[in-house]
Amino acid sequence: MATESYEAAIKGLNDLLSKKTDLGNVAAEKIKVLTQELKELDSSNNDAVERIKSGFTHFKTEKYLKNDALFSDLAKGQSPKFLVFACSDSRVCPSHILNFQPGEAFVVRNIANMVPPFDQKRHSGVGAAVEYAVVHLKVENIVVIGHSCCGGIKGLMSIEDDAAPTQSDFIENWVKIGAPARNKIKEENQDLSYDDQCNMCEKEAVNVSLGNLLSYPFVRAAVVKNTLAIRGAHYNFVKGTFDLWELDFKTTPAYAFS
Amino acid sequence: MILLPPRLSIPNNCDKVKDFEKAQLRIPSSFRRKAANLQTMASGKTPGLTQEANDFTSGENNTDDVFDDMKQRFLAFKKLNYMDNLEHFKKLADAQAPKFLVIACADSRVCPSAVLGFQPGEAFTVRNIANLVPSYESGPTETKAALQFSVNTLEVENILVVGHSRCGGIQALMSMEDEGDSRSFIRNWVIVGKKAKESTKAVASNLHFDHQCQHCEKTSINHSLERLLGYPWIEEKVRNGSLSLHGGYYDFVNCTFEKWTVDYEGSRGGKKEGSGIAVKNRSVW
Repeated sequence: MATESYEAAIKGLNDLLSKKTDLGNVAAEKIKVLTQELKELDSSNNDAVERIKSGFTHFKTEKYLKNDALFSDLAKGQSPKFLVFACSDSRVCPSHILNFQPGEAFVVRNIANMVPPFDQKRHSGVGAAVEYAVVHLKVENIVVIGHSCCGGIKGLMSIEDDAAPTQSDFIENWVKIGAPARNKIKEENQDLSYDDQCNMCEKEAVNVSLGNLLSYPFVRAAVVKNTLAIRGAHYNFVKGTFDLWELDFKTTPAYAFS
Repeated sequence: MILLPPRLSIPNNCDKVKDFEKAQLRIPSSFRRKAANLQTMASGKTPGLTQEANDFTSGENNTDDVFDDMKQRFLAFKKLNYMDNLEHFKKLADAQAPKFLVIACADSRVCPSAVLGFQPGEAFTVRNIANLVPSYESGPTETKAALQFSVNTLEVENILVVGHSRCGGIQALMSMEDEGDSRSFIRNWVIVGKKAKESTKAVASNLHFDHQCQHCEKTSINHSLERLLGYPWIEEKVRNGSLSLHGGYYDFVNCTFEKWTVDYEGSRGGKKEGSGIAVKNRSVW
């Protein structure tokens, strides 16, 4: 589809070539290369669409149509037992690693699988997901899953200690939620290599998120009532391992001194 | 051509449990040791926050079952997918090079990996309530961070915003009062989709509420796509052709998937009715 900018560019080229006719061959060669590049661009776009289409067709024939009862129940409503926080990293989808089927897990994915503390203005996105899952869907478990080679955690660890805040760096502003983890690792594990520090920070940042979950009153209430369990996890895809641990928070019956 | 690893087949539960039990007898001792380690790690300590497995009260037996179940799931993934594709996972361990950024809803029924068959390494995925993209000027930072990383660092070639039927978030948006309880997180978030609600009410207020919601679900995708173009680094890449924006709508009642692509040149050409962007290559599967 011809557009104004294209028309203007062609006109400019024609004007030039009418003045310098010996450039005609050079121009022809370059235009051939450009045409080929544009063809490839268009076909890679089509490849992407074909990829999604074949994925959906496979899902429809192998899963949806073979599990009629399940999917017609799901069409009416969902009652997942899990709320899962996972990183947006393309390598760590919880449906793969933990084989979650449709309907089993309400999943929030963001950079470095962070749960920020309660803040209705700045962090309404995560807050909305936690509120919906805990209060409306009444999930029984929250799992925050960290992972190896996390770019977000690497970003967190490489923030300079005394750097002035950079408004334009959104990634930095987001991963700073994990700052307590970074500070702890830098203090207690100075002797470790940068990579080892990052690895420890991946797990410690999960703990920060678990603590932040308790800043949501509805989460705290459910945990105290024992209707909600909170776990942290770490998926290491270099070694093929999965670690799981629990946040334990409860009040014991009062002990009377008398 | 990308060599796709074999898909993790998700079989009927009963059969697989039997197979897995049989399979356990054949697992070599080295693997059994690893499995034992996983058990220890699962109940092991991590700085300051865990208790010994023995201390669990009887009331928590259910959660133990659930987490035993998780362990079995992970071991199945490891055996059936990871170990068979070690080469592929080693490469992934070094770096990821996904071609897609997918923005989908957190709803348990619409995982893009399941519905669209994305394998590890293919799609950088953001999931939030109602698959909303806030505007560049005034959104929470979590989405912006993901857009910055996926587009500028990973250099994905496609962004796909996927909406779906019976979306609770959109329903909340459509049913909330204009002057409601502003202490609710859900309200503070779904209000990002306010424009979609207004445009739905303008054209579809005579329809049944469920149909209004469906209209809003689709309109909201287009509004999110429009807001994506408000991010300077995204607009630049769309303009020079290295990034394409797509919308998708998954209807799990009828099992159809509708997909369309943003026509950037057409969008700049003139204001289109409703959402402000022009689309092309619409198809339904």
